[in-house]
Amino acid sequence: MKRLLRDRSALFGLVIIVVLVLCAIFAGVLAPFPQDVTTYHLPRRLLGPNAVNYFGTDRMGADIFSRLLFGARLTILIAVIATSAAVLIGVPIGLVAGYYNNRFSDLLMRVSDVFLAVPQIVLAIAIAQTLGPAIQNVILALSITYWPFWARLVYAETRSVRNEVFIEAAVALGASPLRVMVLHVLPSIASSVIVRTTIGLGGTILVAAALGFLGLGPPPPTPEWGRMVAESREFLPQAWWYAAAPGLAILLVVMGFNLLGDGLRDALDPRLSRGNDGP
Amino acid sequence: MGALSSRTVEVMSPLLELQDVHTHFPLRDAWGRRTGWLRAVDGVSISVARGEVLGIVGESGCGKTTIGKTIAGIHRPSAGNILFDGHDISRLSPREGRVFRRGLQYCYQDPGASLDPHWRIGRSLAEPLVIHARLSAAERQIRVQNILAAVGLPEGHLSLYPHEISGGQQRRVGLARILMVQPGLVVLDEPTSGLDVSVQAIVLRLFLDLRERFGLTYLFISHDLAVVRLMAQRIAVMYLGRVVELGATEQIFTAPRHPYTQSLLASVPVAGGRRVSTDFVLEGEPPNPANKPTGCAFRTRCKRAEARCAEEEPLLRRLAGGLQVACHFAN
Amino acid sequence: MGPDLLAVRDVSVSFSTESGTAFVLDEVSLTLRRGEIMGLVGESGCGKTTLARTILGALPPNARVRGTAVMFEDRDLLTIDPGEAADEIRGRAITFVPQDPYSAFNPLFTVGDQIFELLRWKSPDRQPLEAGYSRARRQTDRDRALTLLRLVQLPDPERLLKKYPHELSGGQRQRLMIAMALLPEPRLVIADEPTTALDVTIQAQILMLLRKLAVERRVSVLLTTHDLGTAWEICDRVTVMYAGQAMETAPIDAFFHAPALPYTQLLLDSLPSGEAPLRGIPGDVPNLVAAPAGCRFHPRCPRATQICGAARPLSTQPRPGHWVRCHHGLLR
Repeated sequence: MKRLLRDRSALFGLVIIVVLVLCAIFAGVLAPFPQDVTTYHLPRRLLGPNAVNYFGTDRMGADIFSRLLFGARLTILIAVIATSAAVLIGVPIGLVAGYYNNRFSDLLMRVSDVFLAVPQIVLAIAIAQTLGPAIQNVILALSITYWPFWARLVYAETRSVRNEVFIEAAVALGASPLRVMVLHVLPSIASSVIVRTTIGLGGTILVAAALGFLGLGPPPPTPEWGRMVAESREFLPQAWWYAAAPGLAILLVVMGFNLLGDGLRDALDPRLSRGNDGP
Repeated sequence: MGALSSRTVEVMSPLLELQDVHTHFPLRDAWGRRTGWLRAVDGVSISVARGEVLGIVGESGCGKTTIGKTIAGIHRPSAGNILFDGHDISRLSPREGRVFRRGLQYCYQDPGASLDPHWRIGRSLAEPLVIHARLSAAERQIRVQNILAAVGLPEGHLSLYPHEISGGQQRRVGLARILMVQPGLVVLDEPTSGLDVSVQAIVLRLFLDLRERFGLTYLFISHDLAVVRLMAQRIAVMYLGRVVELGATEQIFTAPRHPYTQSLLASVPVAGGRRVSTDFVLEGEPPNPANKPTGCAFRTRCKRAEARCAEEEPLLRRLAGGLQVACHFAN
Repeated sequence: MGPDLLAVRDVSVSFSTESGTAFVLDEVSLTLRRGEIMGLVGESGCGKTTLARTILGALPPNARVRGTAVMFEDRDLLTIDPGEAADEIRGRAITFVPQDPYSAFNPLFTVGDQIFELLRWKSPDRQPLEAGYSRARRQTDRDRALTLLRLVQLPDPERLLKKYPHELSGGQRQRLMIAMALLPEPRLVIADEPTTALDVTIQAQILMLLRKLAVERRVSVLLTTHDLGTAWEICDRVTVMYAGQAMETAPIDAFFHAPALPYTQLLLDSLPSGEAPLRGIPGDVPNLVAAPAGCRFHPRCPRATQICGAARPLSTQPRPGHWVRCHHGLLR
């Protein structure tokens, strides 16, 4: 933990994420125009950043800053649910496949390979397109395309940990495979999973924004960041703030998760050293 | 007899019996086809009596580690039977084996490595009981505390992680864990290898102490002849998968009959005593275990080898005096 | 024996680590004469490998070396020009036989390639590099290589030159390592636990070989080992170290039969033998970041008194050629 806090870029990432979460929770309080999520004021459309509208207004006259804050809720919701689903599917699959290393494992890994062979965005687009633009479909598309990353990671890590002495010893002691997998292997690979999940959250946000940009996300007037960027296209380059604000938000948040993930990787690796016999 | 193992050996049916055990590993080429067999254990028949310490010595490639792991169930024997307390445990499924194997534990060369680094020591120690016994948490706690005291560690260690204690203490914890299920036989695989000599002495004392206290039987596998001489009552000398000599410790050390044993003993330096390097005789290297010579495996390095040695494999024969030797010329 | 070949005087080495500065060597002094084989014995953490590397000049970058001098022949290795050190000393006047012969070789090149490369850079004839690699030169090198391979009793040297390191056994690799250490015609060979990784029957062969060659070629050997039996086999004198301090130096017989240092006696008593009851040395080797003051062994020494923790004992010579740093030596 301490090592993490010493890492400045990781700290920066953490701060960004904390800000994001706070914005999401307190959007109602922080937003100067909370009603602008649904209402519009055409006379005020496409105003540049000013004292009243910090990031200007969009084509419907709604305050971009307020919409961003509410969009943060959406972002977090999508990211957390989609990533959690992917983790809950991918980790057990990887664990079982890595532990047993037989034909069944090969099958599982081939299945995940199939998913990995297709670029994630393309697959997500295909799924979202088929199901229609709605928030739950975005989440579903993301979960389905994302779980193989965890499966592959956990598979590789499990296979390497499998040969460690303490695992073999637990097996020799008479521990059942389930016990070994959940109580011994999983804690050992936890740090990799945590790092991957952190970075994965960032990735999910990016793909969700891409889907929104393409119109496959939740329909208007939901203040989804990607959609906001898409809407701004026809008003560029004059109304630069329209694209810059949500774009910057996406950039910062994804970067934040990546920095935090990198920092976690550095902090958690090397892992606990064993013994202090001296040189 | 081992100088310090003074417990009398009970005369009953042997606790562990190996009947012509073979453990062969397939050798595969780059395409996964089998090109031959690595005959790591190639026909071993020995028995271990209740309460005794049987030493198994030999150099790398002789099969002593493989035989230890085969007995412990980590490898499956390709042929032959292993009888533990009268039950044949050689071909049981993992679940069936678990029940019988409770009494037969395997101690790694570094017992500290057998501890999960993410678990506190108290939890690691209690785990064998959680798996095998039906005890309440309080009862487990008592047993754990007793064992911890038996290996000479303070109670405070229960809440520590393995990396927070020294290597020597980790070793003791690893040992304690094996003893939790109250085994009858413990396979000790190179328990003092790599240890400083001052630490080694303490560890050996601990083994003897625990044996007294818990009535354990040991299979002591080591390449260090001086240590085995101290600990074992009987010794089996292995070469390329077979036992070439078997008998009481002092007999083997003072009057070995097999040429390999003689060379082996002659090659061990005795600090302060006679020097090996002035008149050592054994030349060449042990042959590749994947490519064993026909007949007697030692004939390629043996000064007394004759034509007969290539044709006929010598079997272990009992000589007058009790020693068993596998050589055509020992009598 | 001849005059001093190597004289280490009051050398201290520290490493900066995450948990603080580790004082790995503390005012170590050592002398080695021409043609003698000195054993450097000690348990884990005693600093014998660090001392070997200090002499060789092969310490990691986070090491700080302080000391009066490390005199090799007439040069001080502590103040020598790094270029000269790399060219003249390391791999030429002083060579190294490592503990693990496998990782010392490049697995992608044949044995012959690696020997010839060594000869290009460190040939005893000192050909300038610009002279090119003529046929005549290649022939001389080849002859030289084959002679040396035969000297270390490696079978079929011509075929061996074409083999890869992984095709040799551990014993063969170690013989090869010794051959390569002798190729540049060094004056000092430092062997770091050369037989630890080998089986006992091969160990005996290698030790015999090492001694024979060292005596024949009048090469001094500094042999580090944690195994007292190995030291007994081939060393002329032995120095024992503990936790970074050199504590006793004695001729071999005196070391094993009449040591002056209590620690040495305890070590000898720990050796498994039929007679004496098993004794160890209770306690643990100290953490070198926070090592005990004075004599570092004093917390575990049965003869320790107040002065032992207060001040480091000075070196005394209870018998000719027998040095010890102890307030309560066993010899009077």
